Amino acid sequence: MIGALPPMPALAVALSEAALGHFLTTGAILFVLGLIGFVTRRNLIVMFLCTEMMFQGVVVSLIAFSVYHGNVTGQTFVIFVLTIAAAEAALALGLVVMLFRRRRTLDAEAWATLHD
Amino acid sequence: MTAVDLVKLIPWLPALAAVYCGLAAVDRRLSKAAGWVCVASIFAAFALTVGVFTDATPGVFDNDKHAAQHEATIQLVADEANDHADDHAGHDDHAHGEAKSRPGELVSHTVTFLPWIRVAGLQANIAYFIDPLTLIMMLVITGVGGLIATYAVGYMAHDAGYARFFMAVSLFIFAMLHLVMADNLILLYLGWEGVGLCSYLLIGHYYKHKVAVDAAKKAFIVNRIGDLGFALGIFLIYNELGSVRFDDILPAAQAIVEGRVDAPAALMFAPFLLMLGAFGKSAQLPLSVWLPDAMSGPTPVSALVHAATMVTAGVYLVARLTPVFQIAPGAMETVALIGALTALYAATIALCSNDLKGVFAYSTISQLGFMFIGVAVLSVGGVFHLVTHAFFKALLFLAAGSVMHALAGSLDIRTMSGLGKRMPVTAGLMFVGCLALAGFPFTAGFFSKDLILGDAIALGLAQQGAWWALLAGGVGLLAAFLTAFYTFRLWFLVFLGPEKFVMGRGTGDNQREPMSDLEAAMIDVAEEEAHEIEAHGGHHATEPHEMPMWPMNLPLVLLAIASVIGGFVLHKVGVKYIDKMLEHSSQFMATPYPDHAYLLGMDAHLAVAIISSIIAIAGIALAYLCFGLNRDLGRSLGAATRPIGYVFEHGYFLDAIYAKLIVLPLRLKAFLLTAFDTLVIDWIVRLVGLIPVGLGLAMHRSQRGHLQGYGIGMIAGIAIFIFILYVATVA
Repeated sequence: MIGALPPMPALAVALSEAALGHFLTTGAILFVLGLIGFVTRRNLIVMFLCTEMMFQGVVVSLIAFSVYHGNVTGQTFVIFVLTIAAAEAALALGLVVMLFRRRRTLDAEAWATLHD
Repeated sequence: MTAVDLVKLIPWLPALAAVYCGLAAVDRRLSKAAGWVCVASIFAAFALTVGVFTDATPGVFDNDKHAAQHEATIQLVADEANDHADDHAGHDDHAHGEAKSRPGELVSHTVTFLPWIRVAGLQANIAYFIDPLTLIMMLVITGVGGLIATYAVGYMAHDAGYARFFMAVSLFIFAMLHLVMADNLILLYLGWEGVGLCSYLLIGHYYKHKVAVDAAKKAFIVNRIGDLGFALGIFLIYNELGSVRFDDILPAAQAIVEGRVDAPAALMFAPFLLMLGAFGKSAQLPLSVWLPDAMSGPTPVSALVHAATMVTAGVYLVARLTPVFQIAPGAMETVALIGALTALYAATIALCSNDLKGVFAYSTISQLGFMFIGVAVLSVGGVFHLVTHAFFKALLFLAAGSVMHALAGSLDIRTMSGLGKRMPVTAGLMFVGCLALAGFPFTAGFFSKDLILGDAIALGLAQQGAWWALLAGGVGLLAAFLTAFYTFRLWFLVFLGPEKFVMGRGTGDNQREPMSDLEAAMIDVAEEEAHEIEAHGGHHATEPHEMPMWPMNLPLVLLAIASVIGGFVLHKVGVKYIDKMLEHSSQFMATPYPDHAYLLGMDAHLAVAIISSIIAIAGIALAYLCFGLNRDLGRSLGAATRPIGYVFEHGYFLDAIYAKLIVLPLRLKAFLLTAFDTLVIDWIVRLVGLIPVGLGLAMHRSQRGHLQGYGIGMIAGIAIFIFILYVATVA
C-alpha cells in the first residue's frame, strides 16, 4: 500500500548536519527541563506544564529530523502530537480542577494514599 | 408399514409409564395411579407382542419343514436388511452328517425406529431385530414382568417410594426390551447398561439402609468388570468384521463357522471377551458375588430383575451370538464348564443358607449355570429353561416375599415353622414353584432342565472329545439333586412342622436378633410400613396372615399354572413351539440342532429324563425325611457335615477372598494415592500459589503512591533500556 502512494514532495530547505545537531540539542534541553520539572515540582499544574514541555522537546526533534531528511512524515506526526496534546490538556486540566475541589490543594502528595 | 413394524412401539410404552411415574414421584397427587400405569404399560407391551407374533414368525410353525423354509427364504428375500442370511440354504444337509433336518433358516425382521449413529463405517440405528429368540424374550419380559408388577402394586402399597419404585421398574422394562430387541451391539450395550442402572436403582431402593446402598454399589461395580470385557468384545467385532449390526455379524460368523471364510485371528478373542460380560450380568463364577447381596432390594425386584429377566441377559447374549461363540475353539467349552461349576457351587451354598431369599438367590445363580450349559451345548433347553425359570423363580420369589411381608421382614428360616396353616395359598403356590425348580416330573422345570442335561450328555456321547459336555451334564445332574434337596428343605422347614414364627420386630419376650444386616434392614422397612399404615388409620397385623387375592396372589396363581404346564405346552404338545422358534433363531444359524445319541440302550434324552426324575424325587424324599418327617435327622445331618457346611454357608468364603485379594489392595492403593495427592501434588500447587504472594510481599513497598516516584521509576527504566540498546548496538 505504501508503495502505491505518490512520492513525498522534497522540501526546499535542507539542514546541514551541524544545524541538525543544534536543533536536537535544543529539543533535548527542553525535554530534560520538562523532566526535571516533572520530578521535582509538586504542584499538579506545574507538573502538567512540564509534561507539555517534554512534548515540545520531542516535537522540535521531530521537525528537525523531518527537514534534515527532506521528508514530511515527521511534520505530519507533529500535527497529530499537538492535536492530542491539546485534547489532553483540556482533559487533564479538568481532572486537576476536580482533584483540587476534593482536597483544596494542588499538591500531588495529597493523593499519595491511593496506593492502598 | 406392516404389522411387524408395530414392534417399534413396544419398548416405548414402558418409557412413557416411566415418565409418568417420574412425575408422580415428584407430585404426590399422581402417586396413587403410578403402579397401575406401570402395570398397564407392561401389559400393553405384552399385548402388542402377542399381536405381532404371527406376523413376525412366518412359516416357523409350519409342520412341513420345506414349506417353512421356502416361506422363510421368501421372507428373507423380501427383507432387504437380511440379504446375506440365506446364502447357505440347501447345502447344509451334506455339510453336517449328524443333522436331523436342515437347520432352521433365520427368520428375522429389522425395524428401524430412528437413525442414530452413522460415522465413517460405523452404523448403529435405534432399530429392532426381531427373530423368534427376541420374541421369546419379549414375551417373558412383558408377560412375567407384568405379573410381577401387578404383585408389586400390592407389595409396595405402603412404601414411601411407591412412585419412584415403579419409575425404575418401567425404566427397567424399557431398557430390557432394548437389550433383547436391539439390532446392533451398540444399542444392545445401551440396554445392557440401562438394566444395570435400573438394577442399581432398585437394589438401592431402601437407600436409607447402608446394606442396600452397599449392595447396589457392589452390583454395579462387579458388573463393570464384566462390561469392560463386553465393550472390548464389541470393539473387536467391529474392528474385525466392520459392523456392529446382527444382520452383518451373524452371517459373517456363520460363514466362518461353516468354513467358507477364514476367520481373522484376533476374532478368536471376541467370544471370551463377550463371555466376561455375560458372566458378570448373569452372576456366574467368578463374578457371582453381587447377586446374593442384590436381595436387599424389594422382593418384586428380586423376582423381576434378579431372577426372571435381567440376569438372563447373559444367557440371551450367548444364544444371540452363538455363531460368534462357535468361531473360537474352546469358547463354548468354557461357557459350559463355567456354567456347570457355577451350578454346583451355588447349589451347595443354597443347601446351607438360612436366608429365605438367599436360598432363592443362590438357586438363581445355579439355574443360570444350567442355562449356560444349555446354550453352550447348542441345546434348545438353554433358552427354554430361561423361560420356565422365569415362571417358577418369579413365583418362588414372590411367594417368599409374601412370607417375608407376613412376618414383618423376617428372613431367617430357622425361626419359621408350620406356616402352612396360616398361609395356605402361599404355601401351595410355593410348593408348586418348588416342584418346578426341583424338576419334579412333568413340571416346567423338569422339561427344560432335562433338555439341557439330555443334550449335554448326548453331545458328550456322540462327539469325540466332547468330554466337557459329558462333564457338564454329569455335574448338572448332581446340582439337580442338590436343587431338589435344598428347595424342599426350605419348603418343609417353613411350611410344615409345629407352628412357630417370630415377627420381624417383636415385643416383649418375642425380641430377636436379626440374622444379618440385610434382615435388620428388612425389619426396619417393615416397621416403617407399619407406621405408614397406622398413620392412615389402618392397623397392621401382628400375626402372619395370607396375602390378599388381588393384586397379590392372583398373579402368583397364573405363574404357578405356567410353572406346571408351561414346559409341557411349549415343548411337547402341538408343534413343539419353543424348539421350532429357536431353530429359526440366530442360535442355530451355523449348526443345526444335533441328533441324539444313545445311553443305556435308549435315547439319551429318555435315559436322562428317567435319571433326573429319580434324582428329583430322591432329593425331595430326602428333604422330607430330614426336614419334614424327623427334624432331628436333619439336625444331625447338619452336625455331621459341619465343617463342609461351614464352608458352604459362607459361600466358599468368596466374598472374604475378594475382600482380601482385590478390595484390600485397591483400598491400599487408594490410600497411597490419596496420601501422594495431599502431600505431594497439593503442596506443589500451594508452592506455585506462594510465588505471587511472595512477590507481592517483596514489591509492595515500592508502591508508595508518590507520583514523582513513579516518574523517576519510569525514567530510570527507560534509561536502562536505552543503555542496554546502546551497549548492544555500539559495543
